[in-house]
This record gives sequence, structure tokens and C-alpha cells, in this order.
Amino acid sequence: MTLADASYPDDLLYHDQHDWARLEGDEHAVFGVTWYAQDSLGEVVFYDAPEVGATISKDASYAEVESVKAVSEVIAPMSGEIVEVNDSLEDSPEKINEDPYGEGWLVKVKLTHPEERGALLDAGEYRKMLEKS
Amino acid sequence: MSEETLQRTALYERHAELGAKLVPFAGWEMPVTYEGIREEHSAVRTHAGMFDVSHMGEVEVEGPGAVAFLQRVLSNDVTKIEIGGAQYSCLCNEEGGVLDDLFTYRLGGDRYLIVTNSANHAADLAWLGRWSRSFDVAVRDVADRYAMLAIQGPHARAIVTAALRVELPLRMRVAPLRIGGRPALACGTGYTGEDGVELLIDPEISPAIWAELLDAGVVPCGLGARDTLRLEVCFHLHGNDLTPERNPIEAGLGWCCAEGTGFIGAEAVARARREGTAELLAPFKIEGAGIPREGNPVMRGDEQVGVVTSGTFSPSLEVGIGMAYLQADLAEPGNEVEIDVRGKRRPARIASKPLYQRKG
Repeated sequence: MTLADASYPDDLLYHDQHDWARLEGDEHAVFGVTWYAQDSLGEVVFYDAPEVGATISKDASYAEVESVKAVSEVIAPMSGEIVEVNDSLEDSPEKINEDPYGEGWLVKVKLTHPEERGALLDAGEYRKMLEKS
Repeated sequence: MSEETLQRTALYERHAELGAKLVPFAGWEMPVTYEGIREEHSAVRTHAGMFDVSHMGEVEVEGPGAVAFLQRVLSNDVTKIEIGGAQYSCLCNEEGGVLDDLFTYRLGGDRYLIVTNSANHAADLAWLGRWSRSFDVAVRDVADRYAMLAIQGPHARAIVTAALRVELPLRMRVAPLRIGGRPALACGTGYTGEDGVELLIDPEISPAIWAELLDAGVVPCGLGARDTLRLEVCFHLHGNDLTPERNPIEAGLGWCCAEGTGFIGAEAVARARREGTAELLAPFKIEGAGIPREGNPVMRGDEQVGVVTSGTFSPSLEVGIGMAYLQADLAEPGNEVEIDVRGKRRPARIASKPLYQRKG
């Protein structure tokens, strides 16, 4: 397996449960899990995606990713409605390990509370949080 | 359990150097994986992998009463083990419940070595000690005397033979030999469904032997792959598939019980064999998506008909697999059930053993 190196891109916002959000305009965002999350979990073998149209709430679980040994709930960094899921992960869930911020994205969401971004961490703050833990 | 109390094997530093992910397991700090469970799993299926299983316990039983004593405590017919032979059996309580499952090796006329599961080692030792009092036998804890390396896979024997310049025993045999200039035992046994050996060696020289075998091309493997490998071939894990509340018959281990020997629990086991049990352990495969996990209910319609005791993603079959205790009449290969995986029903089919068939 090709593993991505540890990285936390500056253009993303982070949730302390190891999820990221990439804002697209004021009303949409793409979500995924951070490098730290996929590294802790190990090789992802299954992504249980939510349905398009499902409503998700900030700080609540909206999907599961599983490695051979463990299950991890994926926490929504912001609230909204799922408008797209990354179908390619059904056959290639390992993309979550290989490219967690690119091809390993999980869902695209229409935000219902865009102001929630204020509660998220920037890359520097997230890195600092990881260093402390 | 706090971290300070975790034990470390003599190979701990080696694991750390290799960048292993270390986790607490049965009171030990053990490598769960080095480079990834799937790669390690595949190395054992196609080449050769090496596991540090030094956490497992060893008990030596010696004396004129050794055979009679072991015949009393072990479920299998111990008189069938020749010198240099090995045998699998259960250690049962009076009710026929399985306290542990273990391998017994006959090292000499009245000298045997038992390998215990690490989580059960202390309790096994106390149990064996207690029952040994009415026999002319000594029961010794020799766990500190051995590091244990399991080298498994189609090329395992050839690599070990060449690298350590030793002659290895056949499958289900044990041989005393010298490794690294020290007395050692080589056992033709394993827990992966592949050919291979388990080496019991002096802990002091184990880091050097470990390094030598890595140089010879074996792939270091952690407990994660050990679990997926054993489950694919339906080997039991004590604590999951075997417990003191389950007897060997319902676990599908009637083949290693010889009730005629009068072992502790034999009456209960004989009754279970004669009358049948309410539940049976059965392997299954998920049909489609989903990974079953320990504790997941097995459903048929609205009725719970069983519970998963081991579940994982099978790297060889690339599908969720597991074993579950099921209502006995449902434990037939081909039967359809559903596994309730955290609220989602996953269709599954009861399969026959093993779930994965070794190539060649």
C-alpha cells in the first residue's frame, strides 16, 4: 500500500474528531477524514456511505469507515444535506489511506448552517491539538 | 489495565524499530501490524511470515505420573502422543466448559510441554497445579524460559532450514535442536492454516534469531494478520469462540475429546455429544458489503438465532467472514441468515470449514 505522508493542508478546516471540510462557496463543502484519522485506523477496507439526501448534523456520526480490525465513526464537521457521495470508494476504499484529502473525499454537502465554520480549527490549530495529545 | 503493568517480549525493541503499531493484548504490549494487515496476511499465504508469539505461556509436566495426570486434565487421548509428537486438546472444567485450548508436545518418556494462551496462563497453571497433587508429577511454569517465534507460509520451512542450518520436524511433531548455540524446540505447528514451524528459543538470543530470519526474507507479521489468518481457516480463539460457558461439542471440537479417558468434564462432554447441544458454532460469509464483528446478533426475520463470536474482513476472500453460535438446526452450510452489524442487516450464508482453502 502506498501511504501518504502526514499532512494537513492549509486550505481546509478541521474538526477535533479528525475530520476536514473544504468549503466550496458559501453553501457547499466537501468532507473527509484527516491523515491522522486514517493512520490511526490502518488500511481501510470498507466505507459505509450515507445516502444522498440524508441530513447530517455537526458533531454527529454520518458514516463509518472500517479497517480489518476496527470500525470508526465519521463525524460531521458541519450540518447539512448530502448532495453527493464518493462512489469510487465502494471499490477502492484504500483511497482514504492513499489520498485522504483528494481521491479519498467522502461526501459533498449543502450546508444548512454555514456559520458553523467559525467553530472549526485551521490547519495550525489542528496540528497543535495533535501535538498536545 | 495501565501501561506500566504491560509486559514486553524480548523482541519489543525490534518491533519498535520496525515501526510496529503496538497494542495491549492479554497484559502484553504486542505488535498488531508493521506495514499493514493485508500485506502481512498475504505474505503468510504466499511466502513466509514471522510472528513474535512470546506472550504465549509454557508449562512443563514431568514425572512418572505425567501420562495419567494429563489424561485426567486434557480432553484428548494423551496416550496417543508418541515421543516427539504433538496433540491439540481442550482443558475443561467439571461442567465440560472450555478453560483453554492448547497444544501438548511430548519431549520425552514422561516429559511434556504444554503451550497456553497468554490470557489463561496463570489460571491454567493454578488449575494444573491443583489437580496434579494426587499424581506423581511436577508441574512447572517455564514461560520465562522461552521466546516463541511462529514462521508460517509455503516457504517458511525452507527459509528457516537454510537460515538456521537446522533439520525441522514434520507437521505435528516436535524436535529438540540447537538454535544460536542454545537448546531450543522446533514444533511443526501453527495457527494460520499454512505449513510452517513454531520455534521455542532462549529469549536472550531471540533478537539475533529474529534479525537473521528477517534477513533471510520472512516478513514480520503482527497479531492483526494472525487473527485474519486463523479465522479464514476457522481455528478457534479462546475468549471469543471458546469460553468456560461453552463445551467442546458445541464449539465443533468433539474430535479432540476422548470421553473414555475420564478427563475432567468428560461426563458433561459425553452428554452433550449424546444429546446434542442447543447451539453450534458455525462459520459464515457475508454476501455483499459489511464486516461482522464480535457480539453482532445473528437474525432470521425478527428472531435472534445466534451471536457472532469472531468477525473480520477476510483479506483472501475480500469479504466479511466470521463464526457464530447458532441454533443447532440452523448451523448447516448453505443456510441464509442476517448479521445485525450495528443496526444494519447484512445477508450472510453459513459455510463449511475452512472458509479459505489452502492452495496446492
